[in-house]
Amino acid sequence: MRMPLSAIIGLVLTGGFLFCAVFAQFIAPHPVDAVLGGVWEPPSATFWLGTDTIGRDILSRMIYGGQITIFVALAASCLSFGLGSFLGFLAAVRGGWVDQALSRTVDLVMAIPSLIVALVVLSVLPINLTVLILVMGLLDSTRVFRLSRAVAMDIVVMDYVEAAKLRGEGQSWIIFREILPNALSPLVAEFGLRFIFAVLFISTLSFLGLGIQPPLADWGGMVKENKDGLIYGKAAALMPALAIALLAISVNLVADWILSRTTSLKGGRGG
Amino acid sequence: MADLLDIRNLRIEATSYPPGEKPRDGVLVDDVSVSVAKGKVLGLIGESGAGKSTIGLSAMAYGRGGVRLTGGEILLNGRNIRGLGAAGLRALRGREVTYVAQSAAAAFNPAKRLLEQVIETSLSHGIMGRDEAEKRAVMLFGKLGLPNPETFGNRYPHQVSGGQLQRAMTAMALCPKPDLVIFDEPTTALDVTTQIDVLAAIKEAIRDTGVAALYITHDLAVVAQVADDILVLRHGKKVEYGPVGQIINAPQEAYTQALVSVRSIDHEEKAEAPPVLSVQNVTARYRGTNFDVLKNVTVDLPAGQTLAVVGESGSGKSTLARAITGLLPVSQGRITFAGRELGRELKDRSRDDLRELQMIYQMADVAMNPRQTVGTIIGRPLEFYFGLGGEEKRRRVQDLLDQIEMGKGFADRYPAELSGGQKQRVCIARALAAKPKLIICDEVTSALDPLVADGILKLLLNLQAQEGVAYLFITHDLATVRAIADRIAVMYRGQVVRYGGKTDVLTPPFDDYTDLLLSSVPEMELGWLEDVLARRRMESAGN
Repeated sequence: MRMPLSAIIGLVLTGGFLFCAVFAQFIAPHPVDAVLGGVWEPPSATFWLGTDTIGRDILSRMIYGGQITIFVALAASCLSFGLGSFLGFLAAVRGGWVDQALSRTVDLVMAIPSLIVALVVLSVLPINLTVLILVMGLLDSTRVFRLSRAVAMDIVVMDYVEAAKLRGEGQSWIIFREILPNALSPLVAEFGLRFIFAVLFISTLSFLGLGIQPPLADWGGMVKENKDGLIYGKAAALMPALAIALLAISVNLVADWILSRTTSLKGGRGG
Repeated sequence: MADLLDIRNLRIEATSYPPGEKPRDGVLVDDVSVSVAKGKVLGLIGESGAGKSTIGLSAMAYGRGGVRLTGGEILLNGRNIRGLGAAGLRALRGREVTYVAQSAAAAFNPAKRLLEQVIETSLSHGIMGRDEAEKRAVMLFGKLGLPNPETFGNRYPHQVSGGQLQRAMTAMALCPKPDLVIFDEPTTALDVTTQIDVLAAIKEAIRDTGVAALYITHDLAVVAQVADDILVLRHGKKVEYGPVGQIINAPQEAYTQALVSVRSIDHEEKAEAPPVLSVQNVTARYRGTNFDVLKNVTVDLPAGQTLAVVGESGSGKSTLARAITGLLPVSQGRITFAGRELGRELKDRSRDDLRELQMIYQMADVAMNPRQTVGTIIGRPLEFYFGLGGEEKRRRVQDLLDQIEMGKGFADRYPAELSGGQKQRVCIARALAAKPKLIICDEVTSALDPLVADGILKLLLNLQAQEGVAYLFITHDLATVRAIADRIAVMYRGQVVRYGGKTDVLTPPFDDYTDLLLSSVPEMELGWLEDVLARRRMESAGN
């Protein structure tokens, strides 16, 4: 099957973002928090994307900001997937009261908007990267739980799982050897989407002042710092906003491609 | 007179998309010519993938997803319908040609009353007015032997049985007075006792309305009852084409001969022996219900022999298997296996209990993890029960593959790369790997083509002779029972109504249910349907 153009664009852009994030220290032309120019200077040869509200290079801050944004979102997604999918599989395999307890707890957490929970929790706890990742990961794991439980429910009723139970296999074999390999494709596609939600979430938190704390840069925080410039017709706030949008779209393109591949496999030979 | 339907040199192609490979164009049907005269029935027969449904649907110029009619002519009433435009096809379908699908339950809209759906096509094509259509529908309901034809149409699809629904769909197809009806395996999903009624109803309706029909099925004995001519297909090519009498009584081609003589394995009943499995007064119900699906079931299975459990769907035969394996804890009674009493639940059973009692499923493709290779699938019981690993395990897997007659090169394949029969063989090898005393076979041949099923049965018999393993063989197919059983238990509504040695059970006098069941199995002879119906009428008149 040929890779569609949209998937190629998505892969290239996502790859570009990841590359910049990993090698930020080597790529960024200026230090992250050095005041080098005037306030809200327009793009020039020295400052490709201009300078911000106190005269720091926007491009450099965006590259460093991307590093933190992507790292936090990725770590939170990994946490939510590890936790959510394991509990989801467990609920599907065990059923009965285990399923009830887990599902109702998740319902309870999901009944309250995550942003409000996050705002309350973060205004009480000390704000650092670990706390941010934990809060985001735990909140998002409820959604992963729902998905993986639903996927696993379809797999648990398969005869090969029954055959494993009759053989006397333990739960860890059933979860990791029978269910996980068959649930992987939809989960991988979902990972892309959850990652994007995590990027949006951390950006929202930073914009509200409860996410990444200055002088560290992140995209949501940069929008907040430069938002007043919009009144004066300065585009500084739009640059990080654009980066958020572009990352969201490119990861989505990749996720769509993975999803369409897995569904065509399901419709085809189940392999 | 020109034939109603005349298919000449039909060629049908499709593009397949194997994962990870380039798309391939394949020929599904190659150079098939066939014709149907007005009022005649043509039977299309062949195994899955033979192209019988594809040819059947081509009579309404339809190809399922990605299927293209690329060559030949399809003359309906003297007009070539291949390559007709959308408007022409719309006028054709439902007016001149109608279709009866295999699964009536999936073909009806659950939210609308039956009558509305039965007359829908007649109304939308403007063939008749509502009053006339409703009158015709009621007439057809009566003709098809549906209860209370006047009010039957007021029911919703879920309120009638599967056999009635299939007859309602036949009424739907006949209502717009078509010239040709395509029946696509209309009785395959039904129980054998229901099948005979539906078959008789379809046959009578075809005769009375004078419609021509294509009857697609994999069961030669069924098609022999309704067809005038038979076209035998294999791999999209014609094997043999002729009047039904010639195909059944004097088949020319080797493939047709094999189809006619299928399930003629002769199996001698073994002598009595001490039981390996003994089910005593077992009663069981599903959790949260207050209905016993098994009622006081008592059967014995002698070591190294085969006990066939027969019955229609819902008779409790699969539930019995679940109770024996421990998936469904029994509420009363005891199950003794290899001299020890088995625990009620799975978790109460020892590893040896589990090892010595293996199971093979009906659908081999969902009985194997699609992400594991054949080597892993067969190797796991070896590793799990016997702690084998490395070279030793690999060698034992190969031994097992040899035993199921699959040979080298299969250990690294995935289930998706195997044929239906091969998949079932791998499942047998997995069960065998545990060195069991008893294998429960749950409808293991029902999803397979007759010749492939035959091979599986022979393999099972061979393995029984070599390994001395006992089988609990659950099936609804009495031909299979005759081929493999030593003892038979007939189940009906959760109870064992007849139990004993094969010869005893299959010899009259019968109880009512066994008689009904045995006489409903289609036999490979012309006029069988009429004989059975006539005899039943006589018996009921005599009572």
